[in-house]
Amino acid sequence: MRPILDIQALYKSFGDAEVLKNINLKVGEGEMVFLIGPSGSGKSTLLRCCNRLEEPTSGAIWMDNTNLLAGDTDINRMRQRIGMVFQGFNLYPHMTAEQNVMLALRRVQGKSEAEAREIARRELDRMGLAERFGHYPSQLSGGQQQRVAIARSLALGPRVMLMDEPTSALDPELVGGVLEAMREMKAAGMTMLVVSHEMRFAREAADRVAFMQAGEIVEYGTPAELLAREGGRARAFLGGEH
Amino acid sequence: MDLSRLIEVYFNAGVAWTYLPDLLHGAWVTVSLSVLVIAAGLVLGLAMALLRLVLPRWGVEVMRLWVDCLRAVPPLAVILLLYFGLPSVGLSISAFWVIWITLTLILSAFAEEIFWAGLEAIPAGQWEAARSTGMTQRQTLADVVLPQAFKICVPQLTNRTIGITKNTALGTAIGMPELLNEAQTALSFSGNATPLIMAAIGYLIIFLPLMALAGYLERSMSWGKTA
Ligand SMILES: Nc1ncnc2c1ncn2[C@@H]1O[C@H](COP(=O)(O)OP(=O)(O)OP(=O)(O)O)[C@@H](O)[C@H]1O
Ligand SMILES: [Mg+2]
Repeated sequence: MRPILDIQALYKSFGDAEVLKNINLKVGEGEMVFLIGPSGSGKSTLLRCCNRLEEPTSGAIWMDNTNLLAGDTDINRMRQRIGMVFQGFNLYPHMTAEQNVMLALRRVQGKSEAEAREIARRELDRMGLAERFGHYPSQLSGGQQQRVAIARSLALGPRVMLMDEPTSALDPELVGGVLEAMREMKAAGMTMLVVSHEMRFAREAADRVAFMQAGEIVEYGTPAELLAREGGRARAFLGGEH
Repeated sequence: MDLSRLIEVYFNAGVAWTYLPDLLHGAWVTVSLSVLVIAAGLVLGLAMALLRLVLPRWGVEVMRLWVDCLRAVPPLAVILLLYFGLPSVGLSISAFWVIWITLTLILSAFAEEIFWAGLEAIPAGQWEAARSTGMTQRQTLADVVLPQAFKICVPQLTNRTIGITKNTALGTAIGMPELLNEAQTALSFSGNATPLIMAAIGYLIIFLPLMALAGYLERSMSWGKTA
């Protein structure tokens, strides 16, 4: 399968602390890859390197024949093709759901007001938020806010979605709606790199799982492979309750 | 207490009528000076806060020193210094512009502090969300960060703006014919306190709408929250 995202020999240090060590990971078209591992193992940092919210120290990240880390890469152009969803949603509180989705369509993609609105409504509708176009984030539940955030990313037509613990900040009864949205994205062929502690969901939905520890990917495979690996560290993790 | 005497001294219609044109002229000077101070002070303060985003460390330190000095110094001291000091180096500025320069600089210093605190209060996640969609730093600032920072700043900015703008009354110390100065002159000519009452009412008429405007701005930025 042709990789959409091809991470090669990636290193990242914060000062003296080496947080990512020789990361190599391919994410194929339409694949859902989970990053799991203990706290502080570097999952978020790896994800944030993929759209250069963090600047890696060295290595390469290829996407569509472009090395995202190359000096002459227009990262703002590439970021439209790399959606990101955050644990804390990070919706713009001064804008309605619709305006949240429209902003980058207008500013980055230069779409007309009418066209941006049409796209925003379509994406929000897909996320089951047809009744919520005009609501401000403060008027939405956490689960609805996260689905607005997903719509905001999807509206730009990304090739890959980076999701950092998209359900961790949600009350338990709201998690299901967001996971459902992720299932639908996968079914629609979206490529996803997901950090999550939802192990039951990972077992069911992930195509591949990368288990990280102390800045390295120490195990990699399908959920079934990792669960079958006797004595594997990922096994205990992935087999967990959540 | 003699009520009719009170009315004659403080609310004397004849005196009021006589000095109304002078007071109106003073009010006009106060209003125009205030508008110019507010506009220039807030714009300069915002510009300085934005500059601070891109300045190197030593530049920030210089700016902070400048801002702290302006916040520490009494406005009257600066006014007297500029008005009586500058001519001795061959530069003389009219009373109106001395007040304007002084109050603009002082307001800009306070405004810079307030705007900067507002900018810093916006969570990093807001920047990251916008940047992750391909927006530039400038676009993020304009569309995402500043609108939220403004909301945080409005109450403090209102207080400071009104507090500093009221210092236009210090113009009376260097003989500028603003509202209070005209009232004082009228007082000494008429021996009657009515012009002072009129000036007080004048200040209310000038500044109450400003407070109402600030209240309106705050309400219009509730963004779905009722409280
Ligand atoms: N901006 C930063 N400056 C310095 N160190 C950082 C920074 N961001 C992360 N780190 C360090 O890098 C390491 C990896 O952090 P990261 O957030 O990637 O872990 P994680 O696997 O996402 O953990 P969690 O499951 O708790 O979210 C940690 O030791 C963390 O303290
Ligand atoms: Mg993390």
